Amino acid sequence: MISLNYYAIYSLWLREMIRFFRLKSRVFGSLAPPFFFLAFLGFGFRSAAISEIPEGVDYISFLAPGIIGMTLLFSSTFGGLSMLWDREFGFLREIMVAPVSRLSIVIGRTAGGVTTAVLQGLIILVPGVAMGLEITGLPGFLLALVFMVLIATTFNSLGLAFASRMKDMSGFSLIMNFMVFPLFLLSGALFPISNLPPWLRTLSYLDPLTYGVDGLRGSLVGASSFPPALDLAILAACCAGALGLGAYLFERSDVE
Amino acid sequence: MDGPAIAASGLSMRFNGFLAVDGVDLRIEKGELFGLLGPNGAGKSTIIKMLTTMLRPSAGSAAVWGYDVTRERDAVRSSIGVVFQDPSVDSQLSGRENLDFHGRMYGMDRKTRAERIAEVLELVDLTEKADVLMEDYSGGMQRRLEIARGLMHHPNVLFLDEPTLGLDAQTRRYIWRYIRRMNGEEGVTVVLTTHYMEEADHLCERVAIIDQGRIVALDSPESLKDLIGADIVTLEVEDGVGDEAVRALSDLEGVEAVDRAGSTLRLRVDRSEARIPEIVLSSSRAGLFIRSVSMHEPTLEDVFLKFTGKKIRETESAGAGRMAAVQSRMRTRRH
Repeated sequence: MISLNYYAIYSLWLREMIRFFRLKSRVFGSLAPPFFFLAFLGFGFRSAAISEIPEGVDYISFLAPGIIGMTLLFSSTFGGLSMLWDREFGFLREIMVAPVSRLSIVIGRTAGGVTTAVLQGLIILVPGVAMGLEITGLPGFLLALVFMVLIATTFNSLGLAFASRMKDMSGFSLIMNFMVFPLFLLSGALFPISNLPPWLRTLSYLDPLTYGVDGLRGSLVGASSFPPALDLAILAACCAGALGLGAYLFERSDVE
Repeated sequence: MDGPAIAASGLSMRFNGFLAVDGVDLRIEKGELFGLLGPNGAGKSTIIKMLTTMLRPSAGSAAVWGYDVTRERDAVRSSIGVVFQDPSVDSQLSGRENLDFHGRMYGMDRKTRAERIAEVLELVDLTEKADVLMEDYSGGMQRRLEIARGLMHHPNVLFLDEPTLGLDAQTRRYIWRYIRRMNGEEGVTVVLTTHYMEEADHLCERVAIIDQGRIVALDSPESLKDLIGADIVTLEVEDGVGDEAVRALSDLEGVEAVDRAGSTLRLRVDRSEARIPEIVLSSSRAGLFIRSVSMHEPTLEDVFLKFTGKKIRETESAGAGRMAAVQSRMRTRRH
């Protein structure tokens, strides 16, 4: 029997919102890297000839969706891993001793983490547009929003899955450097993956973010490597898998 | 609900072959203010963790407010409030926001929450600090807020794990007052753990003395101290103490027992005020050179010593534990 506690889900979501709007310096800090990537790579490679970029798409329009994907990847993984902080500072006990199903806790936390990640993605969209990204229209924008939610949910859940298996925060930088960075670089956020040697390209195809970034490009700019429906289907499947894994591992994790 | 607030039988917990809790039987009545007293590592916190569903017992069973702690976890969780040993607040939220979060987790609606928050803040004298961020609270204020939070959803049983650990003497007295007040005014059953014997003595109606995972004695503090009966007279002497001297002191009228530990003699003496001159005289006659004499009425420490042959001590290192936890969160916050 699955029971959901809506008040509790709302409470956990609201807590993430309060923290997001209260810790402005942390938000600026986490937005700085994607902003610099966007600004410097965008201006730096603006007039460079990069093969395999779709006809009629300039580098800024190619790059900006990739950087939004990067923002979502980093902030949502971080959001999932933030359970480690709650464990370290004891707040997890306060959550776990409440008469609330574990599934409600996962949903509440994930909803909070996804909302903050998508907000950051939208913030990065602004300098993108200012630098010359032209959005195809409202339907494209709304579809992009769907992709953003799916990307954020996927990686927030993966973060939660890792956090459930870790005893303390020592593995945090390991995950950021050896999982998150490769996922970002393999996703084709910065360059077309068709330029990669075949063996690396295979890895790119295994990276859920590849389909997320491609879907964002398709919906925002109107140019993608795969059909948007395929991007959506694969990403949705990855998202469901990650969500299940995160919920399962969290359910089985120890508080102590 | 009929029956006791808490009933445990054969409750045990094994960690990697180490038996932390060893067949504890416990019955705590509704409305009691009950204490688990023992040194660090005695298994008190582990007992609390099992009763609050944070750990599954490896053997035995327990019911809290009539609900089984392994089979009816959510019903147990709805019936209890818990104040953990280590800090468990969100330091980025204000006191009110922490309480609001808590109320929602327990399904309280907005109006009920607002009323109850005002009530519990009043109870712990934090009304004026309600909108201050937790990171700007002192250790004692934070502890009081955690106690208010534990009470917020009208639990039937409130568990307090070392409620005054690492707090100064004055704050500790305040906390005692709040605990008594909520036990009296709100009628909530209180179960607390402590390794401060004066805390158990002053606060609790009944005390279970725990050592190495077992209950070694259980009664009201007065009855426990009556087990010792006589006062304790401690003699510090120079050089060793011979068997002869011990025998001479044992033979004195009113002296019930003599324990020797190095250059310290502990005598259990009935009506000690009247016997001290005689004891000092006899000691001198037996060739002992007395450096100091002290006497006290029996404490729970003496009871603990009687049942386990050890002292509770460790007070300092345990206080340092909470301090270290607080310091580590301050360090991390700076990053």
